[in-house]
Amino acid sequence: MVSLNVTKGRIEQIRNIPRKAIQAKLPWIPLSIMFVLLVCACFAPLLAPHDPQKISILEAKLAPGENWTYPLGTDVLGQDMLSRLIYGARTSVFISLVALGTGAVVGTTLGLVAGFRAGWLDVIIMRASDAALGFPTILVAMIIVTILGAGMENIILAVAVTVWARFARMIRGDVLGIRELDFVISAQIAGVSTAMIIWRHIFPNTINTVMVITSLTIGQVILLEASLSFLGLGLPIGAPAWGIMVAEGRAVVLDIWWLALFPGLAITIVVLAFNFFGDWLRDTLDPKLQRI
Amino acid sequence: MQRYILIRLVQAVVTLLVLSIAVFLSSHLTGDPGLYLLGPDDGLAEYEEMRKNLGLDKPLAVQYLKFLSEVVRGDFGRSHTMNRTAGELLLQAAPATFQLAIAAFILAVIVGVPLGILSAVKRDTIWDTMGKFFAILGIATPSFWIAIMLVLLFGPILGWLPTYGRGGISHFILPAFVLSWASMAGIVRLARSSMLEVLDSEYIKFARIKGLRERVVVYKHALKNAIIPVLTFGGLTLAGLLNGSVVVEVVFAWPGIGRLLLQGINQRDFPVVQATVLAAGAFYIITALLVDILYAYVNPRIRYD
Repeated sequence: MVSLNVTKGRIEQIRNIPRKAIQAKLPWIPLSIMFVLLVCACFAPLLAPHDPQKISILEAKLAPGENWTYPLGTDVLGQDMLSRLIYGARTSVFISLVALGTGAVVGTTLGLVAGFRAGWLDVIIMRASDAALGFPTILVAMIIVTILGAGMENIILAVAVTVWARFARMIRGDVLGIRELDFVISAQIAGVSTAMIIWRHIFPNTINTVMVITSLTIGQVILLEASLSFLGLGLPIGAPAWGIMVAEGRAVVLDIWWLALFPGLAITIVVLAFNFFGDWLRDTLDPKLQRI
Repeated sequence: MQRYILIRLVQAVVTLLVLSIAVFLSSHLTGDPGLYLLGPDDGLAEYEEMRKNLGLDKPLAVQYLKFLSEVVRGDFGRSHTMNRTAGELLLQAAPATFQLAIAAFILAVIVGVPLGILSAVKRDTIWDTMGKFFAILGIATPSFWIAIMLVLLFGPILGWLPTYGRGGISHFILPAFVLSWASMAGIVRLARSSMLEVLDSEYIKFARIKGLRERVVVYKHALKNAIIPVLTFGGLTLAGLLNGSVVVEVVFAWPGIGRLLLQGINQRDFPVVQATVLAAGAFYIITALLVDILYAYVNPRIRYD
């Protein structure tokens, strides 16, 4: 009966997340920025006033505010800055979310297995995560891009390779505690299969940690993606991605400063929003995680 | 202690070996090196001979051992695009990167530590706001963008500083500042939280009850313990600065390892990529090892497992 109560308590806790979140003061500014970003990413074709790839040499190098058809100005080829920024949001969000999602799923699965099974599997997974955490991320990403070539899927892979280890490490730590609890031991005695125990009894108790790490990591992932794009290791030049736009703006920064200014500003604001949101989520859901 | 050092040493060597295997395989995964070295008129016979000359007909393990013995002797092969050996190019680029990394490290410490300590000691004042603001902004702003904005501001607009290339002291200011940017923010954050934690501890309360002057309490008693985690982080920062140096060297046209690596990648110049990646990786692993050992000396509470 004790175990049932523990499980019930846990379920109550998880059900209480929304209520708890509302009770703690919501970070409205970061949330609105994240909302705007998501809307831009989902509805880029509807929101963008112009085609981001449309070249109109006659309207090239317009400064912001010079011509209200192009509120943020145009680049060397006369492409609309605002539209490119909106499409850039789409690229950034897509690459970052897919990469982070892949890293989170792989890392969480490995963390669950390592924590529950222990033994040599645990040793191998933890050594691998040591290696992944103990190495400069850009260097890892550059090695991967060198082997596989530049391109969107390789950037995603490179980012995923650098983030999975955080999840694996933290989740494993959680599982080590959870697997000693009565409800897990009861399930084992009742003959429930290992996979079932991990999925039904252990995984739900690690969701808080997964959410907190995800929200704390996403800012860094966006920055990493932007850096790789900036270095020309991601999408081809000319694609609307914030990192690439800064790189394009760099060459002409003396002439048309707004080209590099706006995408960089966009990256900063978005990363700030995610970092504040992550801090808030951590403080609300799991104050014991404050060390990360 | 000796056992701890030994374990960390073995770990470092294993990591280095894994890195060397990854680097070795990378040249094989991208295609047959024998193929792209052939001329247009060469046939199968020349191809076989080329493979034999390069040792590609031998088993992978044998090839790897040969590669390893060459790397240990500093022989990375000739660059495909520049008429030099990769080892020479690496040696030529290394001092620029090291100088920049050390300048950035010093800057991060001498600005970051005082700002973080001040932010904690004068909690909820303008100093604290400034420290927190800087700590938050530093990890959210892409360094390549800061670099470009500073180049614009201090170069053409104000005309105060040189914005590219390597030269006198003034050439160091902008690249070193940008390179230290993210780590400086980390140091501020850590120094602040570590100082706050120490100021809240029992022995500090006791020192205050004893009637010691606030200055003595803070700078003699609290600072000593608060600085330990900052030092560790600082050491790792030095290792991590290589991470940022790629971007900074590219923006400021700094002739260092990071720029060489990117050049190598863009021109698919494998000897250069292998040499730079191995050197950067080895530097990182060795610095991390030294930091761990130093930390074990500074902080006797460290666990030896």
